[in-house]
Amino acid sequence: MSVIIEQPKSPRSRKAANWEKRGWMYMRVSGVLLIVLIFGHLFVNLFTGEGIHQIDFAFVGGKWSNPFWKVWDVTMLWLALIHGTNGMRTLVNDYTDREGLRKTLNWLLWIVCGALIVLGTLVATTFDPCPAGTPVNLLPALCNGLTH
Amino acid sequence: MPSKPAGTLYRGKVGMWSWVLHRITGVAIFFFLLVHIMDTALVRIDPAAYNGVIGTYKTPIIGLGELGLVAAILFHALNGIRVILIDFWRKGAKYQNVMFWIVVGLAALLFLGFAPRHLMNVFGAH
Repeated sequence: MSVIIEQPKSPRSRKAANWEKRGWMYMRVSGVLLIVLIFGHLFVNLFTGEGIHQIDFAFVGGKWSNPFWKVWDVTMLWLALIHGTNGMRTLVNDYTDREGLRKTLNWLLWIVCGALIVLGTLVATTFDPCPAGTPVNLLPALCNGLTH
Repeated sequence: MPSKPAGTLYRGKVGMWSWVLHRITGVAIFFFLLVHIMDTALVRIDPAAYNGVIGTYKTPIIGLGELGLVAAILFHALNGIRVILIDFWRKGAKYQNVMFWIVVGLAALLFLGFAPRHLMNVFGAH
């Protein structure tokens, strides 16, 4: 089945919201915010301290004991995943010529996007920096003195 | 004998190649993001399992991959600003060519600031 391209002369219906325009605007607004969020994320995690070598459970636990970094990371998760999924949707629309395949891939993209947003948000909001039964040397310093 | 196609404003030039690079880097970052959300989710399951998986990020090969990831992010981010300026700035289209080279130069500069430090973290003694 071929893709139907509207005649340029036919006016767009004024009744429905213009989602294509909203998506276009979203890419630009989220893009600017993501530059701040991701550059900050990379600077703190990969540039300061021991960089990639400092990253372990204790490091994440230390960061996420501060609500500032939790909000930072969850905001980054939502903005980046929707930005990336919408970008992939653009590619699917450009490079598929069978309508069924195009729809299937776009559905798949948004299902994966939704599932990972739910997963990531739950992980961050229900996070326990001092889980019971974990060897003390794996835990962040804030767990010292806690007994389970 | 067919002659070479006449030059256009877009094809084969900065406009086209920046668009190609923006797509390739975008797809690469997207797939890394999927993996990165799942590996981070391990903090909710088991600290030792998380440390094990994040340990692979500290190996030489993946460490070099992180350089590529940062390079891709730098280009995609700065070229994204260029796209926004072309869309919203009155003179954006006029300066799109020079803005591309500013993007490349700035990305190279930031990359050179990051790379030595990251390489020391990956390959240095710990």
